[in-house]
Amino acid sequence: MNAAVNPLGSAILALLLGTAALVVPAQAETIEVTIDRLVYAPAEIEAKVGDEIEWINKDALVHTATVKGGAEVLLPAKKSGRLLLNEPGSFDYVCRYHPNMKGHIAVGP
Amino acid sequence: MTIRLTTAAAAIALLLGGNWAFAGDKPTDPQIAHIAYTAGVIDVEAAKQAIATSKNKTVVEFAESMLRDHESVNKQALDLVKKLNVTPEDNDTSKALSQAAETKRSELAKLTGTDFDKAYVENEVAYHKQVNGALETLLIPSAQNAELKSLLETGLKVFQGHQQHAEHVATELK
Ligand SMILES: [Cu+2]
Repeated sequence: MNAAVNPLGSAILALLLGTAALVVPAQAETIEVTIDRLVYAPAEIEAKVGDEIEWINKDALVHTATVKGGAEVLLPAKKSGRLLLNEPGSFDYVCRYHPNMKGHIAVGP
Repeated sequence: MTIRLTTAAAAIALLLGGNWAFAGDKPTDPQIAHIAYTAGVIDVEAAKQAIATSKNKTVVEFAESMLRDHESVNKQALDLVKKLNVTPEDNDTSKALSQAAETKRSELAKLTGTDFDKAYVENEVAYHKQVNGALETLLIPSAQNAELKSLLETGLKVFQGHQQHAEHVATELK
């Protein structure tokens, strides 16, 4: 609480965070995939273990991102959903409700 | 099987076979809007019947997704015709579609259990295939208004998805 209003505290915090960002080589990322009119964009994604994917569903329809025999993220109409990538591999995914929607995720170590 | 497909096919034959009751050789935007909306209502009704009848989780979930999507697309259609100040116009194709659907509904009403499930899902495959054919070859090319055309194109993608979804469920039921 005090640190938030103390300008010196804020400056130190910013410095620490800034330094951390420089030192840590592979920061986990959030990769955005937009869904508009039944299309995942981008359809192909390259990521690494620890990254997250966020699907942003712009349609007034419920979609999913469903890896065959694996994870499924439900994407309600006009809402988004996330998936943490915790294993490397190459994954095709589809929408369970509209299997003509197709995407691919390549997860590097 | 043959009888089941015949009724839906007859209505679509009217749609595709050039047997038009329209003034010109193509349907007008108000007629297209009415046909597309009617096609959606028919599948919503079919879904309600399946939800009330089926005991199969996959079939019920499929029907729920049909209900949800067709209601959503039809709501967008209503919003659009309102915005464009277009009044959907009833026509012989809409009437034939509704009549075929009613026949199908009473056929399905005589079935229970897996017989119902299979017949419902098979009809969903056939129905979406035929509606998609009509959208692709006739309704979309005939649409004059750009926004109506665009909504029909999105509708086609949704219904192509439904057709594939129905095909997957049909395979599961075998
Ligand atoms: Cu979908």
